[in-house]
Amino acid sequence: MTDVGGEGSAVTPDGIEGRTSAERRFRNPGYTRYHPKWYRRRMPIFWWVRKTAYLKFIVRELTALGVAYGALLLLAWAWAVAQGPEAYAAFVEWLAGPWVLGLHLVVMLALLFHTLTWLNLAPTALVMKVKGRRLSNRTVVAIHYLLWAVVSAVVVWVVVAWSPGGPV
Amino acid sequence: MGRAEHAGRRGHPPDPYLWSLFSSGGMLAALLMPAVFFMVFLAAPLGLLVTPSHEAVIGFVLHPLVRVALFGLIFLSLFHWAHRFRYTLYDGLQLYHLNVLIAVLTYGIAAALTVAAGTVLWVIG
Repeated sequence: MTDVGGEGSAVTPDGIEGRTSAERRFRNPGYTRYHPKWYRRRMPIFWWVRKTAYLKFIVRELTALGVAYGALLLLAWAWAVAQGPEAYAAFVEWLAGPWVLGLHLVVMLALLFHTLTWLNLAPTALVMKVKGRRLSNRTVVAIHYLLWAVVSAVVVWVVVAWSPGGPV
Repeated sequence: MGRAEHAGRRGHPPDPYLWSLFSSGGMLAALLMPAVFFMVFLAAPLGLLVTPSHEAVIGFVLHPLVRVALFGLIFLSLFHWAHRFRYTLYDGLQLYHLNVLIAVLTYGIAAALTVAAGTVLWVIG
């Protein structure tokens, strides 16, 4: 701030000329008029592979790809079923191929990771009260896991009841 | 789950409707997807279940309630993906300058596929 109080100096140390006398007098010599320089640390693009917690976060976010894939596969399945027995048979055969089966096992892991991380976060998103008292985080998580178990059991029961052969 | 995410330059918060689609899709997928995916796409190829015959499956799939349920699951799953993937690209790859383009693409893809799913589930049978 060598400029401040320097009576009559029209040019600041960095060579920028002030327009008014007030500007000349009070300008911070480090000031650049149109482009403030903020301090920003440069982050590498792959910042998230450095720490397990960051990697887990990105993997958790990417489970959304598995969710979308599952949704679209259900649509393809419904379409194949509606097209008739040949299309359905071709779809079933495609499901049993080794590459497809391998991909689907990976998708299954992603879906499970989505469910576990999602249900574990339930208490941060949801406050549950019984008789005016707030349930503990562990109780809220337990309720969600119980719900998951019931829903899954119903799905398994429906599919098994519908397949004439039943379980092998 | 919560994202007090970067508001746009004008300082308005992200659309709460998109967030509630993300949230309800995430919950529905968390509760249903593992069991549905395993039973429909993995149990038979892994030899745990006899592949149901076409006659058995067609009656199930064409049931109006099943079609509505499938549509709901697909619609919310897609918007869950759109919202999450949007912020993964935005934060993970630091594509801050492509914010608008990424949002248009992710929600646009989800919307287009939802319309396709609705059409398919409407016309079949």
